Amino acid sequence: MQVIQSGIGELIQPPDLHTFRKWNRQKPKSLVDKRMTEAEAVSRFIHDGDYIGTELYGTVRCPMSLVNEVVRQGKKDLRLVGQGVFESDMLLAAGLVKAMDITYIGLEVYGVSNCLRREVESGRVETCVEWSNAALAWRFKATAMGVPFVPIRSMLGTDTFKYSAAKIVKDPFGGEPICLVPALILDVGMIHVHRADKYGNAQIDGVTGFAAEMARASKTLIISAEQIVDCEDFRSHPDRTIIPYFLVDAVVEAPFGSHPGEMCYLYRRDEALIREWVKASESPDTSRAYLDKYISGVRNHQEYLDLIGWDRLNNLRQGVSNE
Amino acid sequence: MNSHAHNPTGYNPSELLICTAARLMPDHTTALIGTGIPMLAASLAQKMHAPNLVTIFEFGGIGAILEELPIAVGGESTFHRAIAAAGLCEVVETAQRGFIEFGFIGGAQIDPYGNLNSTVIGDYYHPKVRLPGSGGGNDAGSHCWRTIAIMRHDKRRFIEKLDFITTPGYLTGPGAREAAGLPRDTGPYRVVSNLAVMGYHPENKRMVLMATQPGVTVEQVIENTGFDLLVAETVEDNPPPTTEELRILREEVDKDRLYI
Repeated sequence: MQVIQSGIGELIQPPDLHTFRKWNRQKPKSLVDKRMTEAEAVSRFIHDGDYIGTELYGTVRCPMSLVNEVVRQGKKDLRLVGQGVFESDMLLAAGLVKAMDITYIGLEVYGVSNCLRREVESGRVETCVEWSNAALAWRFKATAMGVPFVPIRSMLGTDTFKYSAAKIVKDPFGGEPICLVPALILDVGMIHVHRADKYGNAQIDGVTGFAAEMARASKTLIISAEQIVDCEDFRSHPDRTIIPYFLVDAVVEAPFGSHPGEMCYLYRRDEALIREWVKASESPDTSRAYLDKYISGVRNHQEYLDLIGWDRLNNLRQGVSNE
Repeated sequence: MNSHAHNPTGYNPSELLICTAARLMPDHTTALIGTGIPMLAASLAQKMHAPNLVTIFEFGGIGAILEELPIAVGGESTFHRAIAAAGLCEVVETAQRGFIEFGFIGGAQIDPYGNLNSTVIGDYYHPKVRLPGSGGGNDAGSHCWRTIAIMRHDKRRFIEKLDFITTPGYLTGPGAREAAGLPRDTGPYRVVSNLAVMGYHPENKRMVLMATQPGVTVEQVIENTGFDLLVAETVEDNPPPTTEELRILREEVDKDRLYI
């Protein structure tokens, strides 16, 4: 295939499908209880320098209890797939990110991320590589398919392509230029779901973002769930399983695990705390104070929820439709 | 969040942008909707002239009826009474297959060919301002048949050469999209700003002033544009928001005044 142009961005995590297949072969296929706490999951499975990813969109279904624990344990030199709002902001604010495949890190209606600006403009994030949102999801899809790349028609003709690690080739069938994006294999993926069983089978209600693809592109997958349910709930509705247990390494029970983000049909986002963060993120000192108060200042997710307060949390459940 | 009381014209710039964008959304068509103004415009359009407008949100919501205003593109109201709650790949693949007519996009800078920058101001490796990045912008600008950019209008935003092309417009001009491998017959359609509505010249693909917003002159638009803006033979006056549009916008679309 004739390569017409190569993106000049670094391929931060070159895909090794042979190793990935061997890795998947040795993953336990028996039904074993994988329940553990955030602290245990993060200390066992996330290492300094790992390439990690979270699956969410904006403030929707964020694995916040897991990311808060990553911050608490100070895992550093992380390489990150930057597709988020709140969780990426926490990792950036804590200065834990060294390299990023980035598509969008911003605060949606509240604008540009101050933490992203500080960390990238200062060079503390050493490497940024650009992608479109779908390009990153399709990179996960390539891994999910078990192939080294997929052809896409995004990114063509732009600087988003130029500063990516994609390639433009001549379509060997039709002859037109087409963009190839390489498979992206995460060391560790973190996904928050509505319910899981103790083995790791998981269901998501509402839109699914790129959870299916990312789950299948993660060597190690940590699931946090609003609720742990019986395996029978999966056996009786197998069509609802988006993540089968054998992909999963840890299952963490985390009610309000997306707080201050939202969880459809369960609770709204906590606008007051999000605004508090937006304000705090304006300076390094106030960002640090926020992290000290809400993350380092508590020992675990349970204490975090107690700090936020149950009246406030239960109030977020009010008026959420269950249709 | 802007005050109505202090605005003598009776509406604020956000409301003007929303009403102008809403009128561009026809009934019985598909539109990829991003956060902010496009959401409000889609909701207003559904409640006015386009009850069958099929709203599509990047995280997976397809065909929602926009009763409650979404704050996030993955929020519950993006699939309220929708046809499907799917995922990101399905949505962008639907666009890549040619099913999505309109895409709403934005950026910090736009050039005469409708290319957009939402990645960096200044040098890429030593940026003056690191912006959020492409997100779904590049995907929408690549695959939707027609894109509508919503912009604040001034000389620093409408510039001849972007610091970074995040999202493709007509790139360097006629034939450039096709040569790059982008889907044929796609590209920028309109730019809605607080000063004007613009389109693109059918041959040379440069931006053309089509209509001015209420109280704005052609000269003012030209003065606030940092490149040579083509001007249509007849420049229309974009009508101001109607009482009915403003009532629906304030009482139904954004009754909590999150945006307006």
